[in-house]
Parts: sequence; structure tokens; C-alpha cells
Amino acid sequence: MTDVYAVSAAPHIKQRISVPSVMWQVVLALTPALLASIYFFGTKSLWLTLYGIIAAVITEAVIQKIRKIPITVTDGSAIVTGLLVAFNINVSAPWWIPVVGSVFAIAIGKQIFGGLGFNIFNPALLARAFLVASWPTIMTSGWTSTRLGSISGLHSGIIPSTAIKAQNLITSATPLNVAQQLRDKVFTSGFADNLAESQAIANTIFDKLADFGTIQNLFWGNVGGVIGEVSAAALLIGAAFLAYRHIIEWRIPISYIGTVFVLTYIFGGINGLFSASILLPVFHVFAGGLILGAFFMATDMVTSPVTKKGRIYFGIGCGILTVVIRMVGGYPEGVSYSILLMNIAVPLIDKYTVPKPFGEVKKIAHG
Amino acid sequence: MGFKTFPGGIHPHDFKEFSKDMPIENLPFSKKVVIPVSQHIGAPSKPIVKKGDEVLTGQKIAEPGGFVSIPMHASICGKITKIARFPHPTGAMVMGIEITGNGEDKWVELIDDEKYLDLPVEEMKSRISEAGICGMGGAGFPTHVKISPPKDKPIDTIILNGVECEPYLTADYRIMMEQPDDILAGLKILLKIVNAEKGIIGIEANKPEAIKKMKALVKNEPNIKVISLKLKYPQGAEKQLIYAATKRKVPNKGGLPMAVKVIVQNVGTAIAIYEAVRFKKPLIDRVITVSGKIVNKPKNIKARIGTLFTDLLDFCEGTKEEIGKIISGGPLMGFAISTLETPLTKGSSGLILLNKKDAQIDEESTCLRCGRCVDICPLNLVPSLIANSVRYDDWDAAEKYGVMDCMKCGSCAYVCPSHIKLIQWIDIGKIKVDEKNRK
Ligand code: SF4
Ligand code: SF4
Repeated sequence: MTDVYAVSAAPHIKQRISVPSVMWQVVLALTPALLASIYFFGTKSLWLTLYGIIAAVITEAVIQKIRKIPITVTDGSAIVTGLLVAFNINVSAPWWIPVVGSVFAIAIGKQIFGGLGFNIFNPALLARAFLVASWPTIMTSGWTSTRLGSISGLHSGIIPSTAIKAQNLITSATPLNVAQQLRDKVFTSGFADNLAESQAIANTIFDKLADFGTIQNLFWGNVGGVIGEVSAAALLIGAAFLAYRHIIEWRIPISYIGTVFVLTYIFGGINGLFSASILLPVFHVFAGGLILGAFFMATDMVTSPVTKKGRIYFGIGCGILTVVIRMVGGYPEGVSYSILLMNIAVPLIDKYTVPKPFGEVKKIAHG
Repeated sequence: MGFKTFPGGIHPHDFKEFSKDMPIENLPFSKKVVIPVSQHIGAPSKPIVKKGDEVLTGQKIAEPGGFVSIPMHASICGKITKIARFPHPTGAMVMGIEITGNGEDKWVELIDDEKYLDLPVEEMKSRISEAGICGMGGAGFPTHVKISPPKDKPIDTIILNGVECEPYLTADYRIMMEQPDDILAGLKILLKIVNAEKGIIGIEANKPEAIKKMKALVKNEPNIKVISLKLKYPQGAEKQLIYAATKRKVPNKGGLPMAVKVIVQNVGTAIAIYEAVRFKKPLIDRVITVSGKIVNKPKNIKARIGTLFTDLLDFCEGTKEEIGKIISGGPLMGFAISTLETPLTKGSSGLILLNKKDAQIDEESTCLRCGRCVDICPLNLVPSLIANSVRYDDWDAAEKYGVMDCMKCGSCAYVCPSHIKLIQWIDIGKIKVDEKNRK
């Protein structure tokens, strides 16, 4: 008689969006940062990144094969993980570092929990923590200078060339490293013949960190560090693209960066509360991995809160921890550990930030 | 710009271009109609005719089955040929009365009460309830019940819903373009019945001509205004419309608009109300949009209730491609139905046809926890957590996350990159939580 047609639940139209499209857009958004890294550090950045990506993809495929579940490497999520693992690696590292990192990220960081969507920690950051613990020298020293000749972002002419120790510091350490050493007064007393002069040199260096010239170096990428964090500008281009495509949302990055900004303004100086110039928080925002972390790691969908309020608490939490680690902890940088620590809190945050449904307010406004 | 709106929501392509400029056409007389006894929310109506009876157009053929129920009327003149279960636009099989026409269109007697606005309120109400009117925007709540709020619940505002936010649908738009006076007349009757001081007609910003037309019409009506609402789905959902128009929030957990002194009626319903009060005309026809990329001549058709969808599609000269899915209503909240032998009911606003490709259903992958669904839920629920709770049979959690508040607007499923069947999970959750609470 008449044809019978397939039925299904509403809705019958759908936005054209899928997990692969989300992931590939993230890859695209990270490309400017990779290009910047290749420009500043040379093609080794590219190779290390490719090793990381290939290792991640192969590991995912092999594990899924062993677990006898559908192989989903084409969804792009393993590529994003591999990319981010490599982005956290020093460009002077040997080839096997990104490989080991990516294998760890996929196997331990992701598949052990059940695969995409079930992992608690950001896989790339977990891998970084593992690498730092296992090969600390490779991961946290031996920084390469950029093609424009800077590691710390500081110009060596700012202090007398006779202050050897101080010169060594600013030509071999990353900006946050410099800040930490000055704060901890590790060599400060040895910068010159007497303490007063040493202190003066230390103050000069510290002031120059929060100088417009230094910040420009950090912003464009004339600064040493891991592959992905070199150019804040390139990262921001990618972040703007993702925000425009509604793939990342403003709450986490803004609350994270805002918290770091405020706290470093208050506590960042080396001469007591509020002793820092207003450019010091700007320095803290662009130095190290904050831009990369806030826009691309803390916003990892799987490991951040789903509720809107939760995302703000999460960002603030990351910000507080980052500043605590940078200011008091034993490490110069705290972005990755802060995010990992906050990852643990996500289920709890989600639980306590379930929004009030529309109309829950018992008081009804009239007129 | 200063368009009024609500928080959350989505922006699907509206596909209204297919039919928005097609004037309403009358469907030539159908030979056969099927009148389901359930076209509304509430008790099914009870047939008062039997097989073989001759009926006139407009003659009552079923009595209301209770207070929250409506009567049904013959929509053509002819003979009752069957009383049995027929396909229904909700996808179910529902008892219906089949009438085979005799080629004439002889009506029961109508009147013309030019002074209809001076009628006593009780008389107006009884004419509305006799006419078998229910909400024509989709939900189908009996109108005479909606306009009889308890004495302690005064109403100060009537909102007419001309939003029509579902993609493809243009029936309400055409009504506003072609019968604006009747809409206004219906609104005035409603204002009189509930003694409300303010009337608001809400129209979405993508219908500037309708806005202009209605605005011109109410120029000299100080208590009635037309508001232009931001183009966003689900702008026409009752709570969202009330919020946009009055900034009042209807309480959740089953709260009704009257809790904030408001009654909302669809613009089509307003016309039915006007025709019932002035002419005593029962609700036996309505305007429906037949559309879709594959429909040869998308149209807005005025057809008798009970007309089979297949006749409507024939009137649009069929489809260019093989049909993949038939949707009764809009594509976001409508029902997929299995056969075109389904009758038009009082709440059918659209018949949308999709081709095979557009009908494809994406496979569900795991939830990315991306929060997109959370960001857009107009009721501020957490759809992903609801779905997850249902998946793991945790009914308490599902309830806590608001499964019962969900209006099934479909926005969450629309934006989900993992193609999670959120509405299906929510449907299951609603049933299970309801069962749990009955125990
Ligand atoms: S949870 Fe319900 S109300 Fe919220 S977007 Fe989904 S269907 Fe709409
Ligand atoms: S939109 Fe889909 S994938 Fe994203 S949180 Fe909601 S249910 Fe999960």
C-alpha cells in the first residue's frame, strides 16, 4: 500500500559539527604557534612535533587494536595530544623525548581511563610531568636561544659585562627562571664585589623583566622555552580563531589569566606587596606557558568543568596555583602542575556548580 | 540592537525562503478525512456518531472526554465510513473517525454576531469551548481551560505568539500577513475574557513585514503593542517568549504562565477564537506549511482538519527526490512519522520532507564534556549530565539535573559534536523519573 519511512527522535536537523571537526580546528589553531617555533628555533621544532604526533597516533591505534575497539585515530584527538606533548618539550631535546611523552600520554593519560571523554587529566600535561620527573635535565635546562639571539628576553647590555654571573643568568635562563633566581636570591650576592652593588644589579635585571622591550620579545617570540610557548602572538591568533568558532569559551582563559594578572601585581615584586610595576603582571602573562596553558590546555574539554560557573572557578584555581608555584614553589613555572591539580577537582566543581534552572528564583518580579 | 530575547539558544538556518512568500492556498475539497479523537492535551474525546451516519461540515462528532478535553467536528460533509485506529502525527496509532465526503460542502448553520465584543464573557467562553479549540502552535492545550484561570490568579497580560521560530515553518507568518485583523479581533476577545489590561504580539525579527503590518494595525490601540524579538531558537517557547516580552520568569517544576499573570496564545489560535465567538464556527481547518528542499512546490495550505498528508503533498506536486524522512511539525521539535497516510490535526503546523541524505542519523560517540549543550540550554539545565545519569540508571541525579524541567526544544542535541541522542535519553529519563515519583 503505502511506503513506510524510518522514524527517529527529534531534532531532525543538526548543526554540522563533529568530534573530528572540533579536533582538526584545534590542530589548525595550533599551526601558527608551530610555524613561529620553526621560525625562531629552526626545523628541529617541526621534527620533534612530528615525532610526537606520529607516536601518539600509532600508540592510539595499537591500543585500540589490542582492546578490540574501533580505531578512532582519524578523529584527530591523538594528533592534538601528540602536538601538545611536543609543544611542551625543549627544542634541544633528543628525538625520543616526544616519542616517549606521546606514548605515555596516550597509553597512561588517555586509554587507561577508557579513551577520549573519560580521562581525568590532560594527557599532554600528564606526559610532561612524567618527562620532567624522569629526565629533569633535558626537560628543564639547556635552553636554545632563538635566531634573534635571546633566551631570557633580556638584553645583555643592561648590566655591566664584568658581572659574569649575572650575565650568565640572563643569557642562559628563561625569563621565569631569571625571575625565580632573583626572588630566591640564589646568586644575587655574587653578582658584584659587594652586596649593595649585587643588589643593585639584581634590581636592574628585575626591573628590565617588566620592561616594554622585554615584553615585546616575549609577545612576538624572541625568547627561549619549550616549542609551543615561544610566540604569544601566534598562540593568540589560534585562540582567537577557536573562540570565534565557539570551540573554546572565554571563561577559563580569562579567569585564569585575570587571576594571574591580579595576583602577580600584588605579590610579584621582590620588595614586598604591591612593589611591582604594572608591567610585571603583563610579563607574567606572556612569560612561560601561561598563554599556551590557559587557551589550549586548561580549556581541554574532557578535563575541564562543563558548567559555566565551574569554568570560572577552575580558571581562578589554576591562576592561584600558578602564582603560588611561581612565587613560592621550587619551580620557576607552574602552569602545567596547576592545571593537572585542578583537573582532579573537576568532578567536584561540576557537582557544586550545577546551575539554577530557569525560573528557579522563587521571587517573581512583576512588571 | 534592541531586540528582546532570552538567555541561551541556537541559530539554525531558518529555511523559510522556500515558502514564506507563498500566499495561503485553499486545498480543494478532500474526499476523505480522518479526525483523531485525540488532538490535544487531556482526555480523548468520545465519538457520538457511528458508522454510516451522515454528517454536515461543522457538525459535532465527538464530545469532550472531560473538562480538560475538547469536542471534535466533521470537517467535511459526508458519511462516517470507519471508526478505528489510524496513524497520528505524533507517530502513535490513535482512534479516529473517518469521513468520506459526498462532494458537497454543506455546513451546519453559522451566525454572524457583529457585536461579538459585547457578548457576556461566559457566552464567549462557551462558544470557544463548543468550537473545540486547542493551542494550534503545537502543544495543543485546550483553550477554554487556558483562559479560565482560578479566581486568585489574575491575568494582566495576553501574549500572542507570532514567533514561529522553528525552521521551515511559515504558516503563522502568512496568517499575520493575510489575516492581521482577525488576529487582532481574537486578541481583543481574549483580553476581554480574562480582563487583562495589556496585549503583546511577539514576532521574530526575521519577519519584518509582519512586524510592520501588525504594528500599523495596533497604532491606535494604546494597550496593545507589537514587539520584535531576536532571531534565535527557541524564541517561541512559552517561557522564553514570556521572559523576552515581560522579563518575568515562569517558575520551573511545572509552573504555568498564569503564575506570572500571563497567558500565551498562538496567532492561529487567536483567529480560531475570533471565528468561534463571532460566527460560532468550529475549528475544522488550519494553515499548515508543506516544505523541504525536495518538495516541488512548497506551500502554505489552508486545509480541513483530518486531511491526509499525502493529499497535502500531492497538492504541492510531490517531491523531486526520494523521501528520507517525514516530519510532522518543525524539524527541531516535530515528530518523524512513518507514513503519509497520517491526518492533519489541530496542532499540525508543518509537514517537512527530508531527502535520504539529510535524514541520515549520525552515530553517537562519547561525550567530550565540551559544555556546548550547557552553554545554550535556554532553561539553564546541564543536558550532558542528564543524559549521563539516565545512561547509568541514576534517576535521582537525572531529576536533580532538571530532566523534568526540560521542554525538549532539541537545542542541546543540535549543537552536540558527539551526536549524543540527548533528547532520547531525556525522554527515557522523564518516563523513569515519573515512574519513580509515582511509587
Ligand atoms: S535540556 Fe531540554 S530545554 Fe535544555 S536545550 Fe536540551 S531539550 Fe532544550
Ligand atoms: S554537547 Fe555533547 S559532547 Fe558536549 S558536553 Fe554536551 S553532550 Fe557532551
